[in-house]
Amino acid sequence: MNGAHDVGGMQDMGPILPEHSEPVFHTEWERRVFALFNAVDVEWPYRRAQIELIPPADYLRMSYYERWLTALPQILIKTGMATPVEIETGKAVGGVATGHHVLTVAEVATWDVPDTSPKLTATAHFHAGQRVRARNLNPVGHTRLPRYVRGKAGTIERDGDVEELQDSDIQGLGPKQQHVYTVRFAARELWGDQASPHDYVYVALWEGYLESA
Amino acid sequence: MTTTRRDLLTTALSATAAATVAPGFAGAQEHDHDHQAVPSDPALRTKALESLMVAKGLVDRAALDALIDTYEHKVGPRNGARVVARAWVDGTFKQRLLADGTAAIAELGYGGDTMLVVENTAKVHNLVVCTLCSCYPWSTLGLPPVWYKSTAYRARSVINPRAVLREFGLELGDDVEVRVWDSTADLRYLVLPERPAGTEHMSEAELTALVTRDAMLGVAKVGLPREGTHS
Repeated sequence: MNGAHDVGGMQDMGPILPEHSEPVFHTEWERRVFALFNAVDVEWPYRRAQIELIPPADYLRMSYYERWLTALPQILIKTGMATPVEIETGKAVGGVATGHHVLTVAEVATWDVPDTSPKLTATAHFHAGQRVRARNLNPVGHTRLPRYVRGKAGTIERDGDVEELQDSDIQGLGPKQQHVYTVRFAARELWGDQASPHDYVYVALWEGYLESA
Repeated sequence: MTTTRRDLLTTALSATAAATVAPGFAGAQEHDHDHQAVPSDPALRTKALESLMVAKGLVDRAALDALIDTYEHKVGPRNGARVVARAWVDGTFKQRLLADGTAAIAELGYGGDTMLVVENTAKVHNLVVCTLCSCYPWSTLGLPPVWYKSTAYRARSVINPRAVLREFGLELGDDVEVRVWDSTADLRYLVLPERPAGTEHMSEAELTALVTRDAMLGVAKVGLPREGTHS
Protein backbone atom coordinates (compact mmCIF):
# COMPACT_ATOMS: atom_id res chain seq x y z
CA MET A 1 0.00 0.00 0.00
CA ASN A 2 1.22 3.46 -0.86
CA GLY A 3 0.84 4.52 2.77
CA ALA A 4 2.47 6.97 5.12
CA HIS A 5 4.89 4.28 6.29
CA ASP A 6 6.65 4.17 2.91
CA VAL A 7 8.66 7.32 3.57
CA GLY A 8 11.91 6.67 1.66
CA GLY A 9 12.74 9.84 -0.31
CA MET A 10 10.11 12.05 1.30
CA GLN A 11 11.32 15.55 2.15
CA ASP A 12 10.68 18.13 4.84
CA MET A 13 10.17 15.56 7.60
CA GLY A 14 12.24 17.70 9.96
CA PRO A 15 15.58 17.31 11.69
CA ILE A 16 16.91 14.01 13.00
CA LEU A 17 16.92 14.32 16.76
CA PRO A 18 19.28 11.96 18.60
CA GLU A 19 18.66 11.95 22.33
CA HIS A 20 21.39 12.90 24.76
CA SER A 21 20.64 9.92 26.95
CA GLU A 22 18.94 7.04 25.23
CA PRO A 23 16.79 4.90 27.49
CA VAL A 24 15.68 1.71 25.72
CA PHE A 25 12.13 2.52 26.87
CA HIS A 26 10.88 5.93 27.92
CA THR A 27 7.85 4.90 29.95
CA GLU A 28 6.52 1.79 31.63
CA TRP A 29 3.73 1.48 29.06
CA GLU A 30 6.31 1.38 26.25
CA ARG A 31 7.92 -1.64 27.95
CA ARG A 32 4.59 -3.45 28.20
CA VAL A 33 3.50 -2.61 24.64
CA PHE A 34 6.87 -3.79 23.33
CA ALA A 35 6.42 -7.12 25.10
CA LEU A 36 2.73 -7.60 24.23
CA PHE A 37 3.26 -6.77 20.57
CA ASN A 38 6.18 -9.20 20.33
CA ALA A 39 4.41 -11.94 22.28
CA VAL A 40 1.15 -12.00 20.33
CA ASP A 41 0.91 -15.11 18.13
CA VAL A 42 1.16 -13.64 14.62
CA GLU A 43 4.00 -13.26 12.10
CA TRP A 44 5.91 -10.00 11.76
CA PRO A 45 4.57 -9.18 8.28
CA TYR A 46 1.04 -9.31 9.72
CA ARG A 47 2.06 -6.95 12.54
CA ARG A 48 3.59 -4.52 10.04
CA ALA A 49 0.53 -4.71 7.81
CA GLN A 50 -1.73 -3.66 10.69
CA ILE A 51 0.56 -0.73 11.56
CA GLU A 52 0.38 0.36 7.92
CA LEU A 53 -3.43 0.46 8.12
CA ILE A 54 -3.29 3.31 10.64
CA PRO A 55 -4.66 6.37 8.76
CA PRO A 56 -1.73 8.39 7.34
CA ALA A 57 -2.30 11.56 9.38
CA ASP A 58 -2.46 9.50 12.58
CA TYR A 59 0.57 7.41 11.60
CA LEU A 60 2.72 10.50 11.15
CA ARG A 61 1.53 12.10 14.39
CA MET A 62 1.95 9.02 16.60
CA SER A 63 5.07 7.98 18.45
CA TYR A 64 6.56 4.62 17.51
CA TYR A 65 5.02 2.65 20.38
CA GLU A 66 1.69 4.47 20.02
CA ARG A 67 1.50 2.85 16.59
CA TRP A 68 2.10 -0.56 18.15
CA LEU A 69 -0.52 0.15 20.80
CA THR A 70 -2.99 1.18 18.08
CA ALA A 71 -2.32 -1.84 15.85
CA LEU A 72 -2.40 -4.47 18.62
CA PRO A 73 -6.19 -4.36 19.32
CA GLN A 74 -6.81 -4.63 15.57
CA ILE A 75 -4.61 -7.74 15.45
CA LEU A 76 -6.57 -9.30 18.32
CA ILE A 77 -9.92 -8.55 16.68
CA LYS A 78 -8.97 -9.63 13.15
CA THR A 79 -7.43 -12.91 14.29
CA GLY A 80 -10.37 -13.70 16.55
CA MET A 81 -8.23 -13.53 19.69
CA ALA A 82 -10.60 -10.96 21.19
CA THR A 83 -13.85 -9.27 20.23
CA PRO A 84 -14.41 -5.53 19.75
CA VAL A 85 -16.58 -5.55 22.88
CA GLU A 86 -13.79 -7.16 24.88
CA ILE A 87 -11.33 -4.54 23.61
CA GLU A 88 -13.74 -1.75 24.51
CA THR A 89 -14.65 -3.02 27.97
CA GLY A 90 -11.34 -4.67 28.86
CA LYS A 91 -13.31 -7.71 30.08
CA ALA A 92 -12.81 -11.24 28.72
CA VAL A 93 -16.53 -11.88 28.27
CA GLY A 94 -15.90 -14.65 25.75
CA GLY A 95 -13.60 -16.61 28.05
CA VAL A 96 -10.12 -17.91 27.23
CA ALA A 97 -9.12 -17.78 23.55
CA THR A 98 -7.99 -21.14 22.23
CA GLY A 99 -5.84 -22.22 19.31
CA HIS A 100 -3.17 -19.58 19.79
CA HIS A 101 0.39 -20.20 20.90
CA VAL A 102 1.42 -18.57 24.17
CA LEU A 103 5.04 -17.41 24.14
CA THR A 104 7.07 -18.91 27.01
CA VAL A 105 10.11 -17.69 28.94
CA ALA A 106 12.12 -20.58 27.46
CA GLU A 107 11.26 -19.48 23.94
CA VAL A 108 12.30 -15.89 24.62
CA ALA A 109 15.73 -17.23 25.57
CA THR A 110 16.12 -18.70 22.08
CA TRP A 111 15.49 -15.45 20.20
CA ASP A 112 19.10 -14.33 20.13
CA VAL A 113 20.95 -17.59 19.75
CA PRO A 114 22.14 -18.88 16.38
CA ASP A 115 19.42 -20.50 14.27
CA THR A 116 20.23 -24.04 13.17
CA SER A 117 17.08 -24.77 11.19
CA PRO A 118 17.67 -25.69 7.54
CA LYS A 119 17.51 -22.88 5.00
CA LEU A 120 14.70 -22.68 2.47
CA THR A 121 15.63 -23.54 -1.11
CA ALA A 122 14.24 -22.40 -4.46
CA THR A 123 15.43 -22.03 -8.03
CA ALA A 124 17.12 -18.70 -8.75
CA HIS A 125 16.06 -16.98 -11.97
CA PHE A 126 18.51 -14.07 -11.67
CA HIS A 127 22.19 -13.95 -10.73
CA ALA A 128 24.71 -11.54 -9.26
CA GLY A 129 25.89 -8.93 -11.76
CA GLN A 130 22.64 -9.03 -13.76
CA ARG A 131 20.80 -5.80 -14.62
CA VAL A 132 17.23 -5.82 -13.31
CA ARG A 133 14.35 -3.40 -12.94
CA ALA A 134 11.98 -3.21 -9.98
CA ARG A 135 8.46 -3.75 -11.25
CA ASN A 136 5.99 -0.89 -11.02
CA LEU A 137 3.62 -2.60 -8.61
CA ASN A 138 1.13 -0.66 -6.49
CA PRO A 139 -0.70 -3.28 -4.39
CA VAL A 140 -3.35 -2.09 -1.96
CA GLY A 141 -2.14 -4.56 0.69
CA HIS A 142 1.16 -5.05 2.49
CA THR A 143 4.34 -5.15 0.39
CA ARG A 144 8.07 -4.82 1.00
CA LEU A 145 8.73 -3.14 -2.34
CA PRO A 146 9.35 0.53 -1.50
CA ARG A 147 7.85 3.14 -3.81
CA TYR A 148 11.14 4.89 -4.50
CA VAL A 149 12.64 1.94 -6.41
CA ARG A 150 9.59 1.01 -8.50
CA GLY A 151 10.36 1.23 -12.21
CA LYS A 152 14.06 1.85 -11.47
CA ALA A 153 16.93 -0.23 -12.80
CA GLY A 154 19.87 -1.57 -10.84
CA THR A 155 22.40 -4.36 -10.66
CA ILE A 156 22.10 -7.48 -8.55
CA GLU A 157 24.87 -7.24 -5.99
CA ARG A 158 24.11 -10.44 -4.18
CA ASP A 159 21.88 -13.47 -4.44
CA GLY A 160 20.75 -13.90 -0.85
CA ASP A 161 18.65 -16.38 1.10
CA VAL A 162 15.34 -17.79 0.00
CA GLU A 163 12.55 -16.12 1.96
CA GLU A 164 8.79 -16.28 1.98
CA LEU A 165 7.03 -13.39 0.30
CA GLN A 166 5.50 -11.12 2.92
CA ASP A 167 2.96 -9.43 0.66
CA SER A 168 -0.68 -9.78 1.69
CA ASP A 169 -1.51 -10.57 -1.95
CA ILE A 170 1.12 -12.74 -3.65
CA GLN A 171 -0.83 -13.27 -6.87
CA GLY A 172 1.36 -12.46 -9.85
CA LEU A 173 4.54 -12.48 -7.78
CA GLY A 174 5.51 -16.12 -8.33
CA PRO A 175 5.94 -18.89 -5.73
CA LYS A 176 5.61 -18.12 -2.01
CA GLN A 177 9.26 -19.01 -1.36
CA GLN A 178 11.76 -17.28 -3.62
CA HIS A 179 15.22 -15.76 -3.76
CA VAL A 180 15.80 -12.34 -2.27
CA TYR A 181 18.44 -10.33 -4.14
CA THR A 182 20.27 -7.28 -2.90
CA VAL A 183 20.00 -4.80 -5.77
CA ARG A 184 22.40 -1.88 -6.11
CA PHE A 185 20.70 1.27 -7.44
CA ALA A 186 22.72 4.33 -8.45
CA ALA A 187 21.46 7.34 -6.47
CA ARG A 188 21.14 9.23 -9.78
CA GLU A 189 18.86 6.52 -11.16
CA LEU A 190 16.59 7.02 -8.15
CA TRP A 191 16.83 10.79 -7.63
CA GLY A 192 18.25 12.33 -10.78
CA ASP A 193 21.24 14.60 -11.25
CA GLN A 194 20.88 16.27 -7.86
CA ALA A 195 22.25 13.08 -6.30
CA SER A 196 25.95 12.40 -5.95
CA PRO A 197 27.39 10.25 -8.74
CA HIS A 198 29.22 8.32 -6.00
CA ASP A 199 26.17 7.29 -4.00
CA TYR A 200 24.26 4.00 -4.18
CA VAL A 201 21.23 2.55 -2.42
CA TYR A 202 21.02 -1.20 -1.83
CA VAL A 203 17.58 -2.75 -1.46
CA ALA A 204 16.78 -6.41 -0.73
CA LEU A 205 14.07 -7.42 -3.19
CA TRP A 206 12.15 -10.66 -3.72
CA GLU A 207 12.48 -12.20 -7.17
CA GLY A 208 8.83 -11.49 -7.95
CA TYR A 209 9.46 -7.77 -7.56
CA LEU A 210 12.05 -7.84 -10.35
CA GLU A 211 12.22 -8.16 -14.13
CA SER A 212 15.21 -8.26 -16.48
CA ALA A 213 16.45 -4.84 -17.57
CA MET B 1 20.69 -9.08 39.18
CA THR B 2 18.01 -10.32 36.84
CA THR B 3 15.71 -11.16 39.68
CA THR B 4 16.27 -7.75 41.23
CA ARG B 5 15.44 -6.00 37.98
CA ARG B 6 12.30 -8.05 37.52
CA ASP B 7 11.26 -7.39 41.11
CA LEU B 8 11.73 -3.68 40.54
CA LEU B 9 9.74 -3.90 37.34
CA THR B 10 6.90 -5.74 39.03
CA THR B 11 6.85 -3.23 41.86
CA ALA B 12 6.80 -0.33 39.42
CA LEU B 13 4.00 -1.92 37.46
CA SER B 14 1.90 -2.56 40.54
CA ALA B 15 2.40 1.04 41.60
CA THR B 16 1.35 2.29 38.17
CA ALA B 17 -1.70 0.07 38.22
CA ALA B 18 -2.73 1.20 41.66
CA ALA B 19 -2.22 4.85 40.85
CA THR B 20 -3.84 5.08 37.46
CA VAL B 21 -5.93 2.13 36.40
CA ALA B 22 -8.59 2.06 39.07
CA PRO B 23 -9.91 5.60 38.43
CA GLY B 24 -9.80 5.05 34.67
CA PHE B 25 -11.91 1.92 34.80
CA ALA B 26 -14.26 3.36 37.37
CA GLY B 27 -15.01 6.09 34.86
CA ALA B 28 -15.54 3.61 32.04
CA GLN B 29 -17.98 1.58 34.11
CA GLU B 30 -19.97 4.60 35.19
CA HIS B 31 -20.44 5.84 31.63
CA ASP B 32 -21.11 2.67 29.67
CA HIS B 33 -22.34 4.42 26.54
CA ASP B 34 -19.88 7.27 26.48
CA HIS B 35 -17.15 6.41 24.03
CA GLN B 36 -14.96 9.13 25.50
CA ALA B 37 -14.84 7.04 28.66
CA VAL B 38 -12.54 4.54 26.92
CA PRO B 39 -9.12 5.26 28.38
CA SER B 40 -7.25 7.44 25.91
CA ASP B 41 -4.01 7.73 27.85
CA PRO B 42 -1.48 5.23 26.43
CA ALA B 43 -0.61 3.97 29.90
CA LEU B 44 -4.23 3.17 30.66
CA ARG B 45 -4.90 1.63 27.26
CA THR B 46 -1.80 -0.54 27.61
CA LYS B 47 -2.77 -1.70 31.08
CA ALA B 48 -6.28 -2.57 29.90
CA LEU B 49 -4.93 -4.46 26.89
CA GLU B 50 -2.43 -6.42 28.97
CA SER B 51 -5.10 -7.38 31.50
CA LEU B 52 -7.39 -8.53 28.70
CA MET B 53 -4.67 -10.52 26.95
CA VAL B 54 -3.76 -12.25 30.21
CA ALA B 55 -7.42 -12.98 30.94
CA LYS B 56 -7.88 -14.37 27.42
CA GLY B 57 -4.90 -16.68 27.94
CA LEU B 58 -2.98 -15.06 25.06
CA VAL B 59 0.17 -14.09 26.93
CA ASP B 60 2.23 -15.28 29.89
CA ARG B 61 3.32 -12.36 32.08
CA ALA B 62 6.62 -14.09 32.89
CA ALA B 63 7.44 -14.21 29.18
CA LEU B 64 6.55 -10.52 28.82
CA ASP B 65 8.92 -9.69 31.69
CA ALA B 66 11.62 -11.85 30.07
CA LEU B 67 11.23 -10.02 26.75
CA ILE B 68 11.60 -6.65 28.43
CA ASP B 69 14.54 -7.76 30.55
CA THR B 70 16.30 -9.30 27.53
CA TYR B 71 16.12 -6.22 25.32
CA GLU B 72 16.45 -3.61 28.05
CA HIS B 73 19.37 -5.18 29.90
CA LYS B 74 20.97 -8.14 28.13
CA VAL B 75 21.10 -7.71 24.37
CA GLY B 76 22.64 -4.50 23.10
CA PRO B 77 25.39 -2.91 21.01
CA ARG B 78 28.16 -4.50 23.11
CA ASN B 79 27.43 -7.67 21.12
CA GLY B 80 28.12 -5.90 17.84
CA ALA B 81 31.18 -4.17 19.31
CA ARG B 82 32.65 -7.58 20.17
CA VAL B 83 32.11 -8.69 16.57
CA VAL B 84 33.84 -5.57 15.22
CA ALA B 85 36.80 -5.79 17.60
CA ARG B 86 37.29 -9.46 16.76
CA ALA B 87 37.36 -8.61 13.06
CA TRP B 88 39.94 -5.88 13.72
CA VAL B 89 42.34 -8.23 15.50
CA ASP B 90 41.69 -11.44 13.57
CA GLY B 91 42.04 -11.19 9.78
CA THR B 92 40.64 -14.64 9.10
CA PHE B 93 37.57 -13.92 11.24
CA LYS B 94 37.09 -10.70 9.30
CA GLN B 95 37.16 -12.64 6.03
CA ARG B 96 34.54 -15.06 7.35
CA LEU B 97 32.48 -12.17 8.68
CA LEU B 98 32.34 -10.37 5.33
CA ALA B 99 31.70 -13.62 3.44
CA ASP B 100 28.95 -14.97 5.73
CA GLY B 101 27.98 -12.53 8.46
CA THR B 102 25.37 -14.82 10.02
CA ALA B 103 27.80 -17.72 10.49
CA ALA B 104 30.73 -15.61 11.73
CA ILE B 105 28.55 -13.75 14.24
CA ALA B 106 27.20 -17.11 15.42
CA GLU B 107 30.80 -18.04 16.34
CA LEU B 108 30.50 -15.43 19.10
CA GLY B 109 27.17 -16.87 20.18
CA TYR B 110 24.85 -14.27 18.68
CA GLY B 111 22.05 -15.20 16.33
CA GLY B 112 18.46 -14.76 15.37
CA ASP B 113 19.09 -12.39 12.46
CA THR B 114 20.35 -13.11 8.95
CA MET B 115 23.29 -10.73 8.68
CA LEU B 116 25.28 -8.97 6.01
CA VAL B 117 28.34 -7.13 7.30
CA VAL B 118 29.52 -4.23 5.14
CA GLU B 119 32.99 -2.73 5.50
CA ASN B 120 33.87 0.94 5.68
CA THR B 121 37.16 1.94 4.08
CA ALA B 122 38.85 5.22 3.14
CA LYS B 123 36.85 5.15 -0.11
CA VAL B 124 33.55 3.51 0.90
CA HIS B 125 31.13 4.54 3.62
CA ASN B 126 28.07 2.45 4.52
CA LEU B 127 24.84 3.62 6.16
CA VAL B 128 21.98 1.43 7.44
CA VAL B 129 18.28 2.35 7.39
CA CYS B 130 14.82 0.80 7.22
CA THR B 131 12.58 3.11 5.17
CA LEU B 132 9.41 1.00 5.54
CA CYS B 133 9.44 0.39 9.30
CA SER B 134 12.22 -0.15 11.83
CA CYS B 135 14.13 -3.32 10.87
CA TYR B 136 17.33 -3.48 12.86
CA PRO B 137 19.82 -6.20 13.90
CA TRP B 138 18.45 -6.79 17.42
CA SER B 139 20.85 -9.64 18.21
CA THR B 140 23.96 -7.51 17.66
CA LEU B 141 22.72 -3.98 18.45
CA GLY B 142 19.67 -4.45 20.69
CA LEU B 143 16.62 -2.28 20.06
CA PRO B 144 16.94 0.75 17.75
CA PRO B 145 17.16 4.31 19.09
CA VAL B 146 14.24 6.69 18.57
CA TRP B 147 16.00 8.62 15.80
CA TYR B 148 16.54 5.44 13.74
CA LYS B 149 12.78 4.81 13.84
CA SER B 150 11.88 8.43 13.05
CA THR B 151 10.32 9.37 9.73
CA ALA B 152 12.97 12.10 9.39
CA TYR B 153 15.84 9.58 9.29
CA ARG B 154 13.93 6.93 7.30
CA ALA B 155 12.85 9.46 4.66
CA ARG B 156 16.08 11.36 4.15
CA SER B 157 18.85 8.77 4.45
CA VAL B 158 18.10 7.28 1.03
CA ILE B 159 17.69 10.56 -0.89
CA ASN B 160 20.33 12.69 0.83
CA PRO B 161 22.62 10.52 2.93
CA ARG B 162 25.42 13.07 2.98
CA ALA B 163 23.16 15.66 4.61
CA VAL B 164 22.11 13.07 7.18
CA LEU B 165 25.74 12.26 7.91
CA ARG B 166 26.58 15.98 8.23
CA GLU B 167 23.75 16.28 10.74
CA PHE B 168 25.55 13.60 12.77
CA GLY B 169 28.81 15.55 12.41
CA LEU B 170 30.35 13.39 9.71
CA GLU B 171 31.60 15.17 6.58
CA LEU B 172 32.71 12.83 3.80
CA GLY B 173 34.85 13.71 0.80
CA ASP B 174 33.07 13.97 -2.55
CA ASP B 175 35.09 11.03 -3.84
CA VAL B 176 33.95 8.70 -1.05
CA GLU B 177 31.30 6.24 -2.25
CA VAL B 178 28.27 6.26 0.02
CA ARG B 179 26.30 3.03 0.19
CA VAL B 180 22.91 3.12 1.87
CA TRP B 181 21.42 -0.24 2.87
CA ASP B 182 17.62 -0.29 3.13
CA SER B 183 16.46 -3.18 5.34
CA THR B 184 13.45 -4.32 3.32
CA ALA B 185 13.69 -8.12 3.71
CA ASP B 186 14.76 -10.40 6.59
CA LEU B 187 18.42 -9.57 5.91
CA ARG B 188 19.92 -7.22 8.52
CA TYR B 189 23.02 -5.09 8.14
CA LEU B 190 25.97 -4.27 10.40
CA VAL B 191 28.66 -1.79 9.40
CA LEU B 192 32.25 -2.85 10.07
CA PRO B 193 33.83 0.55 10.83
CA GLU B 194 37.43 1.44 10.06
CA ARG B 195 39.84 0.71 12.88
CA PRO B 196 41.21 4.07 13.98
CA ALA B 197 44.94 4.76 13.57
CA GLY B 198 46.80 4.74 16.85
CA THR B 199 45.04 1.67 18.26
CA GLU B 200 47.68 -0.86 17.20
CA HIS B 201 48.72 -1.45 20.83
CA MET B 202 45.18 -2.00 22.11
CA SER B 203 43.76 -5.34 23.18
CA GLU B 204 40.55 -6.82 21.79
CA ALA B 205 38.73 -5.85 24.98
CA GLU B 206 40.00 -2.26 24.77
CA LEU B 207 38.95 -2.08 21.13
CA THR B 208 35.51 -3.41 22.01
CA ALA B 209 35.06 -0.49 24.39
CA LEU B 210 35.85 1.97 21.57
CA VAL B 211 33.20 0.73 19.14
CA THR B 212 29.94 2.68 19.24
CA ARG B 213 26.49 1.72 18.05
CA ASP B 214 26.41 4.77 15.80
CA ALA B 215 29.58 3.56 14.06
CA MET B 216 27.97 0.16 13.44
CA LEU B 217 25.00 1.92 11.77
CA GLY B 218 27.29 4.18 9.75
CA VAL B 219 26.33 7.58 11.23
CA ALA B 220 29.71 7.94 12.94
CA LYS B 221 33.29 6.78 12.74
CA VAL B 222 35.13 5.11 15.59
CA GLY B 223 37.37 7.61 17.35
CA LEU B 224 40.26 7.29 19.77
CA PRO B 225 39.48 7.44 23.48
CA ARG B 226 39.34 10.98 24.79
CA GLU B 227 42.40 12.41 26.56
CA GLY B 228 42.61 11.39 30.18
CA THR B 229 40.13 8.52 29.99
CA HIS B 230 41.13 4.91 30.44
CA SER B 231 39.03 1.85 29.86
